[in-house]
Amino acid sequence: MDFAFTDEQAMIAETAQQFFAENATSSRTREAMAADGFDRATWQSFCQELGLGGLLVPEEFGGSALGMVDFATVAEAAGSQVAAIPLHGLAMIGSAIAAGGSDEQKSKWLPQLASGDVVASGGGNADLKSDNGGLSGKIEFVPHGNIANLFILSDGSEAWIVEADADGLSVDTPVTMDQTRPQATLTLSNVKADPLADGAAALNIGKAAGWICLAAEALGGAQACLDRTCEYAKEREQFGRAIGSFQAYKHRLADMMIEIEQARSAVYWAACAIDEGSDEAELALHAAKSFCADTFFKCAGDMIQLHGGIGFTWEHDAHLFFKRARSIQTMMQSGNWHREEIATMILGEAA
Amino acid sequence: MKLGFSKEDEDFRSECASWLNDQMSGEFSDIKGITTLTEKAERRKEWEQQLAAHKWSCIGWPEEWGGRGASLAQQVIFAEEYARAGVPGRVNHIGIELAGPTILTFGTDEQKKRFLPDIAAGKTIFCQGFSEPGAGSDLAAVRTKGHVENGEWVVNGQKIWTSLAHISDWIFVVTRTEEGTQGPKGLSFLMMPIDQEGIEIRGIEQINGDAEFNETFFTDAKCAEDSLIGAPGDGWKIAMGLLAFERGVSTLGQQMAFRNELDEIIAAAKSNGSSNDPLIRQRIAKAEIGLRLMRYGALRMLSNQDHSKVDGAALTYKIQWATWRRGLGELGMDVLGQGGEIAEGGEYAWNTLPNLFLYSRADTIYGGTNQIQRNLIAERGLGMPREPRGK
Repeated sequence: MDFAFTDEQAMIAETAQQFFAENATSSRTREAMAADGFDRATWQSFCQELGLGGLLVPEEFGGSALGMVDFATVAEAAGSQVAAIPLHGLAMIGSAIAAGGSDEQKSKWLPQLASGDVVASGGGNADLKSDNGGLSGKIEFVPHGNIANLFILSDGSEAWIVEADADGLSVDTPVTMDQTRPQATLTLSNVKADPLADGAAALNIGKAAGWICLAAEALGGAQACLDRTCEYAKEREQFGRAIGSFQAYKHRLADMMIEIEQARSAVYWAACAIDEGSDEAELALHAAKSFCADTFFKCAGDMIQLHGGIGFTWEHDAHLFFKRARSIQTMMQSGNWHREEIATMILGEAA
Repeated sequence: MKLGFSKEDEDFRSECASWLNDQMSGEFSDIKGITTLTEKAERRKEWEQQLAAHKWSCIGWPEEWGGRGASLAQQVIFAEEYARAGVPGRVNHIGIELAGPTILTFGTDEQKKRFLPDIAAGKTIFCQGFSEPGAGSDLAAVRTKGHVENGEWVVNGQKIWTSLAHISDWIFVVTRTEEGTQGPKGLSFLMMPIDQEGIEIRGIEQINGDAEFNETFFTDAKCAEDSLIGAPGDGWKIAMGLLAFERGVSTLGQQMAFRNELDEIIAAAKSNGSSNDPLIRQRIAKAEIGLRLMRYGALRMLSNQDHSKVDGAALTYKIQWATWRRGLGELGMDVLGQGGEIAEGGEYAWNTLPNLFLYSRADTIYGGTNQIQRNLIAERGLGMPREPRGK
């Protein structure tokens, strides 16, 4: 038992933090927001120069086969800059294909995912129909589906690989509140689909990776909200004093830190539980997703409030965090849903 | 990063669990499951000695002073198994967790020889004399005075909230030993025997009807001149060092006691059907999450070797558990419903959950109120400007 980063993990975390601070700057993210929500330059450097695209991909397919803890440090860093990159899809689809793909599927797709040449995303709908290898139906809220080349789609029990340029697939992108991660709607009409060899295994680990990604992004985002607000609290003066010297203000900052420290424990507990195959993993994932999303939302809301008027402007970055936080709360099920899952584990089904 | 325990550690877990369970089903079955610190105090002093006789009383201490020099993982395991077995809290927890480590860190060899073996053996029960009527949140506003006279320290003043003073043998006291000083300067840290004419103890009846805390009066109370820990004027430094020990491994054991409390709420919810209420289900899930995060926060804090930065998990730990437990007390009463307000025995004494509801109001006050905790977090953890202070 040693619940601290190894030297290697600490190094990955530091490298990732530095990378996103330098690359996923506010101006780059805002350029992406004004276009298709994809900061290509940052993504390309992330996959190729930094070589982190293959973090969760086995070595034989061009990855570095690190664990969920390592991945979480990276997602945390990306979240702290609200980076407009398809990291969530990479985590879900990369680990899903690695766990449930045939050898052919793995060798075809994993190296391209790791290099960033292929951008992947996924989604599901229980009403999806499969007929003679053709998929039909509609799937909403596919993160970065507007720019993905590859999808894994599921009806909840099976999973299929679908290429974005396949006949019969149309991709619509509604205007969404969080412009750093567009949510696409896929409409499929007898689209060619390649079933994953082991759909259940793929869905299982894919979901876990997706939840970890969101929880870790939320942690990084919440910490950034606190850090930036603390900077402001020391600079901004009213009544002849730094506003951070007032208890009404500093106690609210303290409350943010109290939640964030728990969120940090939640992310790394869940990530570690997956890496170690612990029987706590499921509980930990539900705890991490719900707790971190709520923490991020609280901190982003507080960031606006504690900045006063400037925090309500488009110019200030507070709204980027606030909108990302809202989106993370609803992605891959709400906090209430996750807590009900935990309640069922503890209390059984409600009568 | 690793959460699993090694095979050796799991063997150690079985060893602890089996010894503790034997005790709780055998010779000490009469104290199993007690959740207050005051009930059956004499038997619990015997339990301290039983622990010591089998070298379980202070496993984290060095072997030469009666410990086992146990690893962090082993200390975590023992604390968890201790509470899991339903063993009541340690009546000498202040001796083992605060006085002992303070003497080990700041005491002379002579003082170590004088105090540590008896603390380890469960023969010397300690209590803590910090707070005063005028020194609560402003802990450094100590007015109790001490001076040397005829080769002895002579102490006059009053301490309050001295937990378990009425069953203790010794008290450590922060006293003002330099005339005319204010705040943290001029304080000294003294070890005083309680059984003497100059010390009077009066219980404070609490909102739950129990009396765990006391007022302690010093009227020309005396102790030997070499009962001073550190140098005269070091009192604040030592008191602060001691408070850091409070966030040690014992927190894991405390959490197992919380586990038992939450389990009791879960059982009550299942038996009275409130487990079907969606709002209760959400609250129980939140309580479960909070407890788990407390455990992993404590493990982060204990595993942390980087002391160059402020440890956020450690700094936020007190307010986190205290607030969580106060919420647990409220959840328990909501699960019990109106029946929770009736004392079953016909006297003003409470079962676990109603008692938790009442007692947990103290959790967010003692050891630094939630408001003081937020000041500390904002100032030490986040670098906010200090509160303006009067004289």
